[in-house]
Amino acid sequence: MTVTGTQQSEITRDESSLRRFLHGLPGVDQVGAQDRAAALATRSIKTTAKAWAIDAAISMVDLTTLEGSDTHGKVRSLAAKARRPDPSDLSTPTVAAVCVYPDLVATAVEALRGSKVGVASVATAFPSGRASLATKLHDVREAVAAGATEIDMVIDRGAFLSGRYGQVFDEIVATKAACGTAHLKVILETGELVTLDNARRASWLALLAGGDFIKTSTGKVTPAATPPVALVMLQAVRDFAADHGAVRGVKLAGGIRSTKDAVRYLVMVNEVAGEQWLTPDLFRFGASTLLNDLLQQRHKLATGAYDGPDYVSMD
Amino acid sequence: MAIFDYAPAPESRDLARLKPHYGIFIDGAFRDGTGEAIKTINPATEEPLAEVAEAGVSDVDDAVRAARRAYDNVWGSMPGRERAKYLYRIARAIQERGRELAVLESLDNGKPIKESRDTDIPLAAAHFFYYAGWADKLGYAGFGPNPQPLGVAGQVIPWNFPLLMAAWKIAPALAAGNTVVLKPAETTPLTALVLAEIIAECDLPPGVVNILAGGPEVGQALTEHPGIDKVAFTGSTEVGKAIQRALAGTGRRLSLELGGKAANIIFEDAPIDQAVEGIVNGIFFNQGHVCCAGSRLLVQESIADEVLPALQRRLGTLRMGDPLDKNTDIGAINSAVQLARIRELADSGDDEGASRWTAPCDIPDRGFWFPPTIFTGVSQANRIAREEIFGPVLSVLTFRTPSEAVEKANNTPYGLSAGIWSEKGSRILWTAQRLRAGVVWANTFNRFDPASPFGGYKESGFGREGGRHGLEAYLAY
Repeated sequence: MTVTGTQQSEITRDESSLRRFLHGLPGVDQVGAQDRAAALATRSIKTTAKAWAIDAAISMVDLTTLEGSDTHGKVRSLAAKARRPDPSDLSTPTVAAVCVYPDLVATAVEALRGSKVGVASVATAFPSGRASLATKLHDVREAVAAGATEIDMVIDRGAFLSGRYGQVFDEIVATKAACGTAHLKVILETGELVTLDNARRASWLALLAGGDFIKTSTGKVTPAATPPVALVMLQAVRDFAADHGAVRGVKLAGGIRSTKDAVRYLVMVNEVAGEQWLTPDLFRFGASTLLNDLLQQRHKLATGAYDGPDYVSMD
Repeated sequence: MAIFDYAPAPESRDLARLKPHYGIFIDGAFRDGTGEAIKTINPATEEPLAEVAEAGVSDVDDAVRAARRAYDNVWGSMPGRERAKYLYRIARAIQERGRELAVLESLDNGKPIKESRDTDIPLAAAHFFYYAGWADKLGYAGFGPNPQPLGVAGQVIPWNFPLLMAAWKIAPALAAGNTVVLKPAETTPLTALVLAEIIAECDLPPGVVNILAGGPEVGQALTEHPGIDKVAFTGSTEVGKAIQRALAGTGRRLSLELGGKAANIIFEDAPIDQAVEGIVNGIFFNQGHVCCAGSRLLVQESIADEVLPALQRRLGTLRMGDPLDKNTDIGAINSAVQLARIRELADSGDDEGASRWTAPCDIPDRGFWFPPTIFTGVSQANRIAREEIFGPVLSVLTFRTPSEAVEKANNTPYGLSAGIWSEKGSRILWTAQRLRAGVVWANTFNRFDPASPFGGYKESGFGREGGRHGLEAYLAY
């Protein structure tokens, strides 16, 4: 059922119509969603399929450092890794982007100049989002001005949980406007929303408000990305594309450390959203340690032997 | 070609440890039967797998005599806590040989390895574990303070879950102190015969379990044998009726688990994505060779236009092919005979005016295959809405109100199972109270557990298997 522009503006006209729409979405049966996610995880991805999946996963990584201890040096070394993940094998794809705090965007932009690697910045008082809208928007504008091509915002989970959907919606719309041409990823922090029904409603809210990507987590809250949450978010972008004709992306962040997990998520993308989503334009992993495991598994496939963590760079 | 093309991931066929020849198991030993040996084939390739000895009528006599001796001399009087040890041992041995049994089951039956590996074999072991726990607690099962075993049980099982059905039959019978003679289906005898090996290795006293491969004549000789005290049959309603007629007036106990034509009811307030999974699991699990399959989809008219495209999209992701490939979702139809029956009934759907939709699947050149199929525009009067197809064919009907859903769901000679999908608890309870079906699943389908009783209403049979209730069929009180 395709929704026209008028119908979409009807949905988002005011707080109560937005609420009616979000609460009218089909429920998610948690047991069923867990079963489906677990069943997809039993797919056996071997040989040529595994080689494809590893390269695809590398190209979808947002190589991330979001620590209080981050420095310009740390960001420069991360950028070098992003440009050339494996200096011993130049056929290795580059990652999609590096992801840093706003004050380090300029350093990342400088270090990545001339490459195709994007610069993503968390903004809007990441990770809590507990600041005034003016402060959050200022945060975004600074990051964009410094050259960020992608902005990872956080929603106001407090507003969402107390049912002030209109406020969350308006903040996303305002952030999108502040992004200019930069892509907007909307972090739902599903670990704080807790239920899968909430994950579905927050996904639709972010998509209706114009988010280019919906993203699971900040990585600062446990649980972060889980298979059932990923399932529900992939269903949301799939159904949003069918209803509204606009194809939006999903980013999973937090806790994805192994190649096995990454491949399982690619299977989920393939079978739940569809193969159209198997591109860095529409699917990302926000991760720091995942990349090295992918590189080690890539070596293993190429040479038949594991060569250990000392054969990949630590950044 | 697909962007993400899953490479073949076959489980090794050698794990099955196939032998060229399998005997019949009587009184603790394997031997050749007096019937003519048959070749059992791999339904996915039509290649012969092994030669299997078939029992003759005299073998049935021997087996029943051996079972009687074992009952009188050892098993019937053995304390429950001692019987339990044997059952626990069998359960563990099934787990230890789980991979072997899973591969063998998929080779002989055609079902995908992910189902034999994740469902059939673990559940078979779970049934032995569960009933082992009851063996020394029968006085607390609700059948009086001192319930007694019946004696010798004759058990005949179908080809759709060969090892699992053997476990469903044998475990409660032994726990209650009975001895058994079991006949597996003619097309799928191998895992039951490996179970016989396991039973021998577990040092079960000779004659407590006897397993005879054979066709319908052997089944008839067993179920009508005057030396048995109890018949348990799982299979078609037609054969079940014949058994009941033959046993009338003999005083022998009988439990029947027969066909089904289950309604899977999707209300407009259902969790749609999970309901779609439930529909798929309901009718395409095990190629639809499931007596409790959700073969009639009853979907509320207000959401039919949403559910059907979602279902078709989902069916487009099902992978049909080599049952041993770990990524296969839909395996082979078990036999040429069954394939012909499915085709005949599906053709009747076309003739009676329903619209057929077939999932896009590449069909292998050899073997017996039928792609997932949906019929829409089906009326209650059509054969595909009334007769059990026992294949991957779903008939879609719609309803407008909850009462209409219940009426349509109950409007069948069968009553084995039903499914209800709704996020509203009160609607689930209201509906479940009115459905005449032995098992009613809410927001799930085809979920089995040894602790849960299973069995039918009306022409789906009587008696329960599984749970505390499953003991009753094997106890006098």
